[in-house]
Amino acid sequence: MSAAVTERNAPFLLTGPALLVFLGLVIIPLGMTVLLSFYDWGQYKGIVPEFTLKNWIEVFTDSYFFEIFMRTFRIAFLVTLAAIVIGVPEAYILNRMSPSWRSAFLLVIIGPLLVSVVARTLGWALLLGSTGLVNQGLMSLGLIATPLEFMFTETGVVIALIHVLIPFMILAVWASLQRLDPQIENAALSLGAGRVTIWRRVILPQIVPGILSGSIIVFALAASAFASPAIIGGRRLKVASTLAYDEFLNTLNWPLGAAIATLLLVALVLITVGSNRLIERRYAQVFE
Amino acid sequence: MLRALHYETSKTSMSHLVLDGLTKRFGSFTAVDAMNLSVERGEFVSLLGPSGCGKTTTLQMIAGFVDVDHGGIRLDGADLVSVAPNKRGLGIVFQSYALFPHMTVAENIAFGLEMRDIAKADRDRQTLAAMELVGLKGFADRYPRRMSGGQQQRVALARALVIKPALLLLDEPLSNLDAKLREEMQGELRQIQRSVGTTTILVTHDQHEAMALSDRIVLMNQGRIEQIGAPDQVYDHPASAFVASFLGKTNVLSGIGDGQGAAAIGGLVLPLPGAGKGPLQLAVRPERLTFAGAEEPGLEARILGRVFQGTHWLLTADSAAGALTLMRGNDGAAVPAEGETVRLRFSAADAALLPAGAAA
Repeated sequence: MSAAVTERNAPFLLTGPALLVFLGLVIIPLGMTVLLSFYDWGQYKGIVPEFTLKNWIEVFTDSYFFEIFMRTFRIAFLVTLAAIVIGVPEAYILNRMSPSWRSAFLLVIIGPLLVSVVARTLGWALLLGSTGLVNQGLMSLGLIATPLEFMFTETGVVIALIHVLIPFMILAVWASLQRLDPQIENAALSLGAGRVTIWRRVILPQIVPGILSGSIIVFALAASAFASPAIIGGRRLKVASTLAYDEFLNTLNWPLGAAIATLLLVALVLITVGSNRLIERRYAQVFE
Repeated sequence: MLRALHYETSKTSMSHLVLDGLTKRFGSFTAVDAMNLSVERGEFVSLLGPSGCGKTTTLQMIAGFVDVDHGGIRLDGADLVSVAPNKRGLGIVFQSYALFPHMTVAENIAFGLEMRDIAKADRDRQTLAAMELVGLKGFADRYPRRMSGGQQQRVALARALVIKPALLLLDEPLSNLDAKLREEMQGELRQIQRSVGTTTILVTHDQHEAMALSDRIVLMNQGRIEQIGAPDQVYDHPASAFVASFLGKTNVLSGIGDGQGAAAIGGLVLPLPGAGKGPLQLAVRPERLTFAGAEEPGLEARILGRVFQGTHWLLTADSAAGALTLMRGNDGAAVPAEGETVRLRFSAADAALLPAGAAA
């Protein structure tokens, strides 16, 4: 047997191990989940490997599921929007800082990612509870008379998710800001543009790729987040991922859980690929 | 077509741009130290010096990107320092060109006109005229990334000129081009500037560029002006050892003045009005050193090395007055070999007396 590495087989040999891992750990389990969603299930008979569209019909016709999916994507959309509104200016400020300040603030920004998801989310629960720090503060300032409802509401889930997902937006936008010509703002300034115009006409169009990739990451992670909705949203406020979890582990209806998980995945892929296409076409020149 | 881009000139006798005691400090470092300069209307002036000499900081203060610590900048007699950078109406070409990559050539050029609320029809006409001026007709819908460095340079120039700026500021605009293209662009830049007549300030560290383009060169070193003058004047009569050595190759020879208007450099005695008594230093260009005839007095020098350069030979030699470089035209005559001893001469007119105490 000749083990010679030729120019032709080298790429396959080099990518082979990673491809095998990808195939074994991602593609095969994913295929099995999709397959499972077409199996039958009964309270007493358990999972029956018979082809049926029952789960899919249930997911698509029951308004209960529709409501949960709508909530999931509403939360993901709001988190993405907030991440853009807060994260883009933050990235811009970060980019203009002196290097020593910048490295200090980078640490602050990625801080949420360094804290365990459970500790971080429980921390938010402490802050957001009806006797939590936020409500007590607002009440002692006389801004509100009765505690605001954060726990078990979409608002609470959105706040907690913004906190942990905003680093992804900031880092993505910062990367595209670093690619800007440092003189480009001065060039616009010399041509008579004011600060706002420079932002709108010169900087923003050039960092669209960064905002887009940040948005895709934030949206996908927010829509499939589990721990934050589970702890802040609780049993009452279900999202797609907690719903799938419950079907798998409480109801033990694995095929229905698989259908929900598959639908979440497909919907996410469609939304991100679709918006990606749309924006790339609109801003074709900056994506080279 | 050119008239559309011509800056409306009002006939005044006062200088167009005046820098008056302009000073900028960064912490304890003085980048620009009490700089005075007057630039006439339509003049092409270069700020030339090594990196860190303050030339770029000066340009950025004129542009308004860097705050002025002391002193004033006046344009047509009016104070410029208190005017916001986006209200100064100056055309600037940056070293990196700083074109807007998401806009086409036409959009890039029209940007400044748009900021001035010029009607679409007028804008299109002026943009087209500017593209013609820099030789980019037909490139309107190209994006900068799809263009060569030289073409991008032209877009940057058109974008700066189309707003009919009172001043054109060029920040090392040719340094990113290769040698051949740079030479071509120098000629073209000069021709365009002449035809448009815009007062121009060029910042460069390239002496050849400064000499080829400018009406006057401002030589700067450590935040101060060393000398101001026309290129040939500055080259032939350097005011200091720094100028002499920065602007082209030069030999700094040491001699001794006799206190009566003459100086001895080795065996060579020259009449030098202004020479004091005692040691002195002279700057002599390599191309002004010639071989002395057998009967003539001369400076003895031993040839250390020779390098062939095509049009001429470059010889290095050692003499009693110091190490020196000389040039010998490739005219068919024999060239002294390494180790040979020659006798050199030059006339008093070829030498510039350097001020005492000035270090090379």
